[in-house]
Amino acid sequence: MSEKTARLSDPGLPEHVHRKSDTDPVAAKKAERQVAILFLLSAIGTILFVYSYIWIKTDRFVFIPVMGSQNEQELYMGLGLTISLLGIGLGAIHWAKTLMTDTEVVAERHEFRSEEADRTDFVATVKEQSAAAGLGRRSLIKRTLGLSLGLIGIAPLIALRDLGPLPKQSLEQTSWKAGTRLVVDPSNRPIKPSDIEVGGVVQVLPELRPGEERTLENVGKDAVLLIRIRPEEFELSPERLSWTYQGIIAFSKICTHMGCAVALYEQETKHLLCPCHQSTFDVPRAAKVIFGPAARPLPQLAIMVDSQGYLVAQKPFTEAVGPSFWERSS
Amino acid sequence: MSSGEKVAGSVINYVDERTGAAKWLKKNLTKVFPDHWSFMLGEIALYSFIILLLTGVFLTFWFDPSQRDVIYHGSYMPLNGLQMSAAYESTLHISFDIRGGLLMRQIHHWAALLFMAAIVAHMLRVFFTGAFRKPREFNWIIGIGLLTLGIVEGFLGYSLPDDLLSGTGIRIAQAIIQAMPIVGSYLSFFAFGGAFPGTAFIPRIFTVHVLLLPGIFLALITAHLMLVWYQKHTQYPGPGRTEKNVVGFPFMPVYMAKAGGFFFVVFGVTAFLGAVASINPIWYYGPYTPTQISAGSQPDWYMGWLDGLVRMAPPLETHAFHHTISWNILIPGVIVPGIFFTFLALYPFIESWMTNDKREHHLLDRPRNAPNRTALGAFGITFMMVTLLNGGNDLIATHFSLSISQITWMSRIGVLILPPLAFVVTKRLCLSLQRSDRDLVLHGKETGRLVRLPHGEFVEVHEPLSDAQAWTLTQHEQRPALEFTEVDEHGVHRRGGLLNKFRAKTSRANAEAIAKPDADDLKEIEHH
Repeated sequence: MSEKTARLSDPGLPEHVHRKSDTDPVAAKKAERQVAILFLLSAIGTILFVYSYIWIKTDRFVFIPVMGSQNEQELYMGLGLTISLLGIGLGAIHWAKTLMTDTEVVAERHEFRSEEADRTDFVATVKEQSAAAGLGRRSLIKRTLGLSLGLIGIAPLIALRDLGPLPKQSLEQTSWKAGTRLVVDPSNRPIKPSDIEVGGVVQVLPELRPGEERTLENVGKDAVLLIRIRPEEFELSPERLSWTYQGIIAFSKICTHMGCAVALYEQETKHLLCPCHQSTFDVPRAAKVIFGPAARPLPQLAIMVDSQGYLVAQKPFTEAVGPSFWERSS
Repeated sequence: MSSGEKVAGSVINYVDERTGAAKWLKKNLTKVFPDHWSFMLGEIALYSFIILLLTGVFLTFWFDPSQRDVIYHGSYMPLNGLQMSAAYESTLHISFDIRGGLLMRQIHHWAALLFMAAIVAHMLRVFFTGAFRKPREFNWIIGIGLLTLGIVEGFLGYSLPDDLLSGTGIRIAQAIIQAMPIVGSYLSFFAFGGAFPGTAFIPRIFTVHVLLLPGIFLALITAHLMLVWYQKHTQYPGPGRTEKNVVGFPFMPVYMAKAGGFFFVVFGVTAFLGAVASINPIWYYGPYTPTQISAGSQPDWYMGWLDGLVRMAPPLETHAFHHTISWNILIPGVIVPGIFFTFLALYPFIESWMTNDKREHHLLDRPRNAPNRTALGAFGITFMMVTLLNGGNDLIATHFSLSISQITWMSRIGVLILPPLAFVVTKRLCLSLQRSDRDLVLHGKETGRLVRLPHGEFVEVHEPLSDAQAWTLTQHEQRPALEFTEVDEHGVHRRGGLLNKFRAKTSRANAEAIAKPDADDLKEIEHH
């Protein structure tokens, strides 16, 4: 029974088993033909690619089940390219697998660690050469070089300073001022309370003064949502209630979490929802966060009507809009 | 000598007289590489990268990385007359007016998804088989660098078209930058050339996307491959395969044909996807504006886990001394990913510290024979899967009619409970598989043949394993755990008692195993 117990030692590489194409010339010839067919297929694919590029019209569409409507030219160019690439690839692999050598070769590995003598030599050389350079002795050179190399790193950092202006108060401020009219985005028409029904939502921006232009930077801070509910549904402090007008309440549309547009209003529950990370704000309770990662309610804009009956801001936002930042004070 | 050989001969002579390349090539053209399907995963990543370079160069010929305002008058009618950035307009131009432009855009995007998937799959293969162990720690770190840069590169790439979806992604990135304590708002103003969105960001990330990062990629990939070549590939254990040899096929001609052919196959597959499977149809999203958004906004899959983490973050902010710290951004966006990737990069050193194993390893582990590592891997995968799923919590909610708060709460609890659970279950599974290996070696395979013995008993006939199979199941080493005594050999109390205790504990966890059968076990069985 000793042979059985010797089994748990390495029996060595198994004997090589030849493929059919190694021994049978017919099988080898067949494999050769298959490889050739794949290469030919590739050539046909390239012709299809060129044909589609030149002769298929750019504005034609075809419908593919599941995938939907597709541009015909792009589709056939793509399929042509697919065939031409797969033909070459599969042909080469089939060639390697059936006709090239499949005898396993054994190569030896060598330890990466250098011989002891080389290592000693190396250390000796480094010591000798650095001694020749006098690095150890000339500490004045060493220190001044260290200083200059340390300082030179500042140069590229300084040069990058002009990448942008300093933030200053920009993150705290918007274009809203006392008396700024609310205008509907994108028509820029001023809006009266009667233009919004109960349950309605309107996106507004501050009215432009003559000569002013709207930039995306401003829009990204100024955007406000007007929402009208029945006044008795508000659960607000007296101060915040005075910021509303006949059931119309105005909030910054920019999420206090990461700045996405809080664009989903659910009329039934009176929730505002940010589609990015699902922070949910309760409109009747001054946009209190009731779900999600946002930590602060949406800033409320105090509104009233002016002498002509149009909605205007009572005063600027009392806090910074949008996502938090280090200098934000509340 | 044929005329072809003559020409080739003189070319080689010319080059060799100037470089001495013949000697090096002679040795390296027949370099031996072991064969296994799992060794192709890294190849897929490499080939996707080449495809990305090729299709990317094509796209730069028409893409205009500028955020100046233009009015669209192209051939896509639904957007006619709309104000948009030149970046978005030129992306529409590539998609609708350049023949093959849409195809190249779609191949580029599919290849990017495949690139990241292949990197992750390759990394998991290297992790679970222990291929990162000495002497390959450098290459592991380079690989983690490539993974990290790949995520950044992908994000910058899909941000370039300046459509509504990608603009929203940039907005979120800006919020993360802005949330950094002390320097955040400054960094953001420097990156964006002022307030968000500005007109500087897309031109800048274009340079980073097409020049800076691809350059770093090329350098890192070259170093990665040179190390693989120089250190020789690892191999799976089996008869005739040892720590001292490498068994496989020569580079020329077998791998030239196989690897070269495989490049064309990978390219062909991405071309097929680009041809039939529409991806990132930016014309549906419209141009970016900060006040609009589409429901169901999702990043590409390799960013999904990050988005999922942000979505499940608790609503925490600290307001003190006129300053704000946004934990709801910093924890999911910076701290947790930072810890995860640091641990990942350092894992080879952590494992070597736990097991006190400082030797070279060229034979791969079967994952079951390293239960603790395999369980740690399962921990990481489970963590990533929960966060990735939560990154799609809105889509899951609408598709399965669930409430979004239920899903988010399930993820919040799941991300804390499921990874440890996966660790325990995986470790038990590995030990069970070791036990089954032991049974196989000792008792052989079940054949399903029942035999009735003369005295009436029924037994199932077991067929013994072949020598090769038995060797494969028992060749691995089972090292004992580290022992730490309170006092060293001189009778002095050891320093770092707590750390030593922790190390001894992790060492025991790593050494936990079912004893593999040895010759004595077999002998004993035969006496029955």
